[in-house]
Amino acid sequence: MNELILSKDLRGANGVIPLEINTTFKRGELTVLFGKSGAGKSTILRMIAGLLEPTGGKIVIEDEIWYDSSKKINLPPQKRKVGFVFQEYALFPNMTVRQNLLYALDDKKKTFKVDEILKITELTKLENEKPDALSGGQKQRVALARALVREPKILLLDEPLSALDFAMRAKLQDELLKIQRHFNLTTILVSHDIGEVYKLAQFVLELADGKILRQGTPSEIFGGSKISGKFKFSGEIVDIAQSDIVFIVSILVGQDVVKVVSTKEEIRDLKIGQKVTLSSKAFNPIITPI
Amino acid sequence: MIEESFVQTMSLTFKLAGVTTLFLLMIGIPLGYYLAATKNRLKPVLEAIVSMPLVLPPSVLGFYMLVFFSPKNAFGQWLDETLDLRLVFSFEGLVVASIIFSLPFMVHPIQSGFSALPKDLTEAAYTLGKSKINVLFRALLPNIRPSLLTGIVISFAHTVGEFGVVLMMGGNISGETRVASIAIYDEVESLNYSAANQYALTLFLISFAILLFVYAINKHFLKAELS
Repeated sequence: MNELILSKDLRGANGVIPLEINTTFKRGELTVLFGKSGAGKSTILRMIAGLLEPTGGKIVIEDEIWYDSSKKINLPPQKRKVGFVFQEYALFPNMTVRQNLLYALDDKKKTFKVDEILKITELTKLENEKPDALSGGQKQRVALARALVREPKILLLDEPLSALDFAMRAKLQDELLKIQRHFNLTTILVSHDIGEVYKLAQFVLELADGKILRQGTPSEIFGGSKISGKFKFSGEIVDIAQSDIVFIVSILVGQDVVKVVSTKEEIRDLKIGQKVTLSSKAFNPIITPI
Repeated sequence: MIEESFVQTMSLTFKLAGVTTLFLLMIGIPLGYYLAATKNRLKPVLEAIVSMPLVLPPSVLGFYMLVFFSPKNAFGQWLDETLDLRLVFSFEGLVVASIIFSLPFMVHPIQSGFSALPKDLTEAAYTLGKSKINVLFRALLPNIRPSLLTGIVISFAHTVGEFGVVLMMGGNISGETRVASIAIYDEVESLNYSAANQYALTLFLISFAILLFVYAINKHFLKAELS
């Protein structure tokens, strides 16, 4: 089990906000930290990685204590087995793709590991390129690959896809899911994109002003409660789930997820990630006893 | 016809510049790295000290060094007796003086080079388990090569062209402390204009060649320093 108890004063635009977190998350699960910017999402990742020291608390990852203020334990980042993927990639410009990965390798004899990860992330063809020659999506894939080389106990992703366009983001989300499942990696992803949360998260921690607002599965958090009353609007399908004989199509409209009941025939041409228009053909008569 | 004294003076000039630059590189990398990374409140003090030679008349610096290192004073006497090192009117003294005087020309480009690197690079390397020294040499220094080159070339050129500090600290001892810039002054004083011109023209051409070399290969040359 992984445990996270953290306190720290956040210095934001609205003065100092105390961050207070107390939660646990499961091994092998992908947890998303969701919330507005300034809510403390990245700060939490940086504290887990050891790049920032909390004021107090405890960090336990896979039963290993990385930080415990009461026992004065604070492992330096070098001693914490994390795979950190930065928003701006943080690839070393002087090294090729392959050299970036080799640099992350602790045991220099195990270069086969680098080959394997290059293959899984489909980077073998680009292995001799320098980061400057790569596109944003490719760079982020290299950053992910480099983080995997270290065989981390936990993968920390700080809004890794936010700098990419929609199509590339959708593609990388799929790849990320595939890789996360393949290695069964405990993963924490920071995101402020509901569609992304819906697609990737097994567990969501919603943060606001340094506190956990809600936690649960994506549908527990975003489902149902916020159905908009507008007549016609466009959105993006984020989930299609079967429920008995009907299908529930979740559509992201603006920042809200709307659930629509559909039949098997209706969903035949629909797929996740598709842009759709959502409208109401007729008003339902409402029957009220007199 | 090139005279022996001319060759001797020129080679001494370049020896001084070379040795000075080498020492400056060894001092400039850790100092520039520290200044770029530190959040210490005393950082402005350190920065001011490093930059002092930019604004101070060389004669002021030379005068104080002369007094400080003189065997008549405690520190100079200690150097003289325990290390058998006399820094006034000697080549070693010129090296020390030139290091201090050219310090900002090495530290500034290196510091701004480090500052311009994204902080992510250092942090990424830490999360990959790399030590600070490893990060500095493998992940940071190779990415500030233009800054290093700028620091090296400008420190070298500046030391070649230095006059005031060298005159105060070194005097004008042939083969020991007489460098090209001093020789020009000396030749002019004795109304030997053609010899002075030989030195002057040589320095002129070499300085131009050095700067041309840097500008040609480094487009980001000295953005901060010359503005």
